[in-house]
Amino acid sequence: MFHWLEKNPFFFASAISIVISFAGLIEIIPNFAKAGRPLVDLKPRTVLQLAGKMVYQKDNCMACHSQMIRPFKAETDRYGKYSLSGEYAYDRPFLWGSKRTGPDLHRIGNYRTTDWHEAHMKDPAKIVPGSIMPAYKHQFTNMADIETAYAEAVTVKNVFHTPYGPSIKRGKAAWEAYKPTVLAEARKIAADMKDERVKKAVSEGKVPEIVALIAYLNSLK
Amino acid sequence: MQSNAALEYDYSLAKKFTYLTILFGFLGMLVGTIIAAQMAFPELNYLLGEYGTFSRLRPIHTNTVVFGFTVSGIFATWFYVGQRVLKVSIAESKFLMVIGNIQFWLYFVGALAATVSLLLGYTTSKEYAQYEWPFDIVVVLIWVLWGVSIMGLIGIRREKALYISVWYYLACFLGIAMLYLFNNMEIPTYFTSGGLGNPLHSVSMYAGTNDALVEWWYGHNAVAFGFTVPIVGMIYYFLPKESGQAIYSYKLSLLSFWGLMFVYLWAGSHHLLWSTVPDWMQTMGSAFSVVLILPSWGSAINMLLTLKGEWNQLTDNPLIKFMVLASTFYMLSTIEGPIQAVKSVNAIAHFTDWIPGHVHDGVLGWVVFMIMSAIFHMAPRMFKRELYSKKLMEAQFWLQTTAVVLYFTSMWIAGITQGMMWRAVDEYGNLMYSFIDTVTVLHPYYTIRALSGVMYLAGFIMFAYNIYKTMTVGKELTQEPQFRTPMA
Repeated sequence: MFHWLEKNPFFFASAISIVISFAGLIEIIPNFAKAGRPLVDLKPRTVLQLAGKMVYQKDNCMACHSQMIRPFKAETDRYGKYSLSGEYAYDRPFLWGSKRTGPDLHRIGNYRTTDWHEAHMKDPAKIVPGSIMPAYKHQFTNMADIETAYAEAVTVKNVFHTPYGPSIKRGKAAWEAYKPTVLAEARKIAADMKDERVKKAVSEGKVPEIVALIAYLNSLK
Repeated sequence: MQSNAALEYDYSLAKKFTYLTILFGFLGMLVGTIIAAQMAFPELNYLLGEYGTFSRLRPIHTNTVVFGFTVSGIFATWFYVGQRVLKVSIAESKFLMVIGNIQFWLYFVGALAATVSLLLGYTTSKEYAQYEWPFDIVVVLIWVLWGVSIMGLIGIRREKALYISVWYYLACFLGIAMLYLFNNMEIPTYFTSGGLGNPLHSVSMYAGTNDALVEWWYGHNAVAFGFTVPIVGMIYYFLPKESGQAIYSYKLSLLSFWGLMFVYLWAGSHHLLWSTVPDWMQTMGSAFSVVLILPSWGSAINMLLTLKGEWNQLTDNPLIKFMVLASTFYMLSTIEGPIQAVKSVNAIAHFTDWIPGHVHDGVLGWVVFMIMSAIFHMAPRMFKRELYSKKLMEAQFWLQTTAVVLYFTSMWIAGITQGMMWRAVDEYGNLMYSFIDTVTVLHPYYTIRALSGVMYLAGFIMFAYNIYKTMTVGKELTQEPQFRTPMA
């Protein structure tokens, strides 16, 4: 049988395709609907938080931080309640990470505050002596892309039925109408911050990356 | 069987991809060394402003090594090995030559553009699949072109039976195609929101736990079909060719091939042990990881036994030394992986430096060593010149071997130390260490690892120099060497 296969490339390739597809079919498909189910009271992230998640992705925080508290006492003592599948139901992509050079962040919103993050992102080693995390000063001057975050909210609402309210709609006009909501949320974060550049930018209707990022980190609970 | 002499093979494509292998290998390892140094000396994060932080550079390191270096190496060896085992010159078909050249240029330009996009922060955040959607489309195009190339060459072959290496190249093509397509399903937000925001941005088709499952089914098996399958294909060709020995056992190669095909993909969920994916999947991942030792060791043992009675070659041919060491590291890495996939071990090992340690004894010791061996073997045949320096090869061998050993030993210690410190409790059951304690303790190991990176990179530069000198000043050969590669 094998000699025959080795002389018939078409059947050989077909045989490979069949053999390699089993695992995915059996491990991924049967549980798909169940694993996609959200917790009962789970709310999708606000547009500002989504913009912060995009900053988290852009600066690739997940290279060093996980968002997955495993069910061990050592982890629940350190980080809080272990993670549940339903908490991630609106996370596209998942941001569990695979390496903890720094601590887990899945419930960071429970024990760190806006001003802590502000000082920490400017100079991590000053807040946590011995820290090897780089400073992310550019987040104080770069502006977050809130329009793209809004586009993401519209997309997941329309395509995946993520439960956003009726004001999240397609098109420029809807976005212009929605923008003040995002800015209001940004002002609340900025009120707890000290950096003058950030305060000035927010008062001018712009959202620095750090503001969005903190909104996101505060939402991790 | 017809004689080799009548056929002139066309190596233009193999040569082009060889240059890229060396270029991307250098870049990928350079960035890797920089980020390794950043973990020991954080001040190095500020050399390039926003673009020079560890977090921004890490995907560039991984993607350049995976999709730059390794994939170029796979293409380079395919365009060499494919012709020879199928007994057909690619130049016999103008069509295939054109397709091959389009593939090359699209790949070269695409790889550079994708790297720049990562540097600028455009990323889907899924590991080893970070490229945003337009680059994914380019990757798919390149892959389709390569598929046309493989099928085309097989279509016009003279040797009817497909040699073992071809099985592996075919599997590499099919496996990566399937994995890449499913994992990179994403929706560009610009088009679904009525033209809002950045056109490059997309969201994943899957969410949360499902996204994690698909990603690690991909992530683990991109390693399978990129770092294992084609590299095994290479050694099945190059080791017998270099040593003049026939493969030890055809049956063992059958068992290893089909075993690998079936078992490998199940093991993906071992990346998600103790996470929120269902227990039965985690257990399947663990169990299949252990079973995976069989086909992996099957190939490695088949290689080592191929040298039966010929072990003297190990002492007098550095190329054999490279390949034997590669097989040995393959064995080490494929026993280490299953150990880490045992749930109780994984509870300590996961999230620690032991994991990058494992990846690197596989990649530095196995993948890079094998690809370099392939290029050492191909160069005199492609350029019709002797290898420039045997001494340099010997020096490179020992330098890089020491580097790999330093890398994985330091990361083993670092990983297990950190894993144990995270869970250490005092007599009252309180955690003994704050997180930062478990970071500062790693400084010496990070320093050793950075040093090993410098050594390995230096070895790679020696390799590149040796090949460059071979091309330019190596002694010209009047006829193609049959087995052992001639070297000065």
